[in-house]
Amino acid sequence: MTTETAAEVTAIDNRPAPATYEPGLGKLSQPLVGRAIELIWREGQLLDDKKYEEWQTLYTEDAKYIIPVDPDTDDFESSLNMVYDDARMRHMRVTRLVQGYSMSAVAAARTSRTISRFTVEELTDDTVTLRSAQVLVGFKRDKFQMLGADLTHRIRFTGDDARIELKLIRLVNSDSAVNASGFLL
Amino acid sequence: MTSQTSEGTGGFPGLAADDRVAAQLYTDPEIFDWEMEKIFYSTWVWVAHESEIPEAGSFKMSHIGLQPVIVNRDRKGNFNVLLNRCRHRGASVCEVPKGKANGFTCPYHSWSYSLEGNLRGIPYPDGYEGVAEKKDLPLQRLRVESYNGLIFATFKSDIEPLSDFLGDAKIWIDRFMKQGAGYPVKVQGEHKFRFDGNWKIQLENTTDGYHFPIVHRSWMASVDAETADMLSFMTDEKAVTHALGNGHSVAIMVPEHVDLEEDDGTEELQERFRHIIDELSETMPQDQVRRIVRSMHGAGYNLNLFPNLSLSMSFFRVLRPISVNETEIQHMALGLDGGPESVNRERLRIHEHFQGPFGFGTSDDSEAWDRVQRGAVANPEMPILVNRGLGREETVDEGWKTSHVTDETGMRESYAMWKRMMGNDN
Repeated sequence: MTTETAAEVTAIDNRPAPATYEPGLGKLSQPLVGRAIELIWREGQLLDDKKYEEWQTLYTEDAKYIIPVDPDTDDFESSLNMVYDDARMRHMRVTRLVQGYSMSAVAAARTSRTISRFTVEELTDDTVTLRSAQVLVGFKRDKFQMLGADLTHRIRFTGDDARIELKLIRLVNSDSAVNASGFLL
Repeated sequence: MTSQTSEGTGGFPGLAADDRVAAQLYTDPEIFDWEMEKIFYSTWVWVAHESEIPEAGSFKMSHIGLQPVIVNRDRKGNFNVLLNRCRHRGASVCEVPKGKANGFTCPYHSWSYSLEGNLRGIPYPDGYEGVAEKKDLPLQRLRVESYNGLIFATFKSDIEPLSDFLGDAKIWIDRFMKQGAGYPVKVQGEHKFRFDGNWKIQLENTTDGYHFPIVHRSWMASVDAETADMLSFMTDEKAVTHALGNGHSVAIMVPEHVDLEEDDGTEELQERFRHIIDELSETMPQDQVRRIVRSMHGAGYNLNLFPNLSLSMSFFRVLRPISVNETEIQHMALGLDGGPESVNRERLRIHEHFQGPFGFGTSDDSEAWDRVQRGAVANPEMPILVNRGLGREETVDEGWKTSHVTDETGMRESYAMWKRMMGNDN
């Protein structure tokens, strides 16, 4: 018995043949990209350790930290988000998480997050934009919680210094119920 | 531990006294099942705001108790609320949260229905000759009525009109909508989350002024002094809660913002809105600028509408019971339909600051409610107290029982309605 080749199946479907996909490999080995990934992993560790005051120093002064509701929008300013933080809001958020008045922060789940599936979206002389996948496991009062997200980080390099100037967290359940938590993504 | 339900439904009212309720009301799955029947399937339940379905063909998915419904606006401009269940073999006919459509087609065997729910088409109809008529198999339609943009539905054809059910709450709905400042109020977006607790824990919270400075201390510490001062109602004698009848109540936290049309001009506009004031002042008269900016935080109160909606200052809070110990909450951010973009954006930022799963307020509320559910299993027959302020409660000229906003007058009103409905033979 013979099987159709991919070309024959395409002909049967009467669809145009797909354009050849160019994965554009090799960017992950660029030095700036390696440093950007290191920074993103360092950020993840600080968040799991709940070292929020150190965490916020990873951001540039004009950085945005965003968790949108609408999975399709890029106009975050005109949309309702779960988080839409500039430096001022980020600072207040960190104060709230560490000062001890917030009962949800005090009782926050322990978390462990894995960030992988890095792809380079844009690479310039002084910025790297990376997309990645994050799986976070949280544990609190006998219950596990799992949160999956697609992350976009834009890292700006100034000499030896590297800071995050955008972090976009698109939760896979962003437009459905997302349970309140006392930790950060 | 005995369940009152084993003695028949006559036992339910005995679980709620005027000033206390048995904690079983949070923990007993049998009570939850009866609540669906005797409350959610027996009264008016809020399903949508008209701005969510603005045009002919606009629809959204919603729930009444545990049952999924579709709310839509048809070509005649009427609102329809249809059970989201094909009449053939029961599949849901819609799984898109909101959108626009000419009708709904079941994915299983392509039975298709109009916006009014009429069965329009059955593929290969010869198999039904002499067996079934299309006119006999519409999607189940619920009774629908609306008031000032709020759309409610009920399974009951014989209960009072919506207007009578809302009663004096209508005064407060009308005042609430004045935050549009001349523009219609619209839903701008929503947060959704669940907590591990019974729905009545959230119902109580809406008129619970007592918890505010304690649970929301971290939010208070993060806002500007003027906003914190605005919500410093703990010792303000004009901050009161009124019981409005039929389970409805209103908790006034900002007395000077009860009626946003009343403005004696003495209130200083908040400096945090300086950029908005400056922008609007370029094109608008001062009185209109004042009207919009004074409305930025919404109305000065939370109106609790039994059983599932609250008009809370600048947003809608919708509760949806999932099970005896799980509840889904939506917080819908409101804006000015056709109003200045900068104002609507500022309102979104205010909403994000407090509400939603990462908000500075919601996360702590959610934690408190989880703790109630966890604690209430310890001797569920030990009462939950809702007696705060009984000694200072008065009846005002309008006939409303009234006490301080930190008192539990609103909760007592909710539980009086709960008791009445759970004792009804419906």
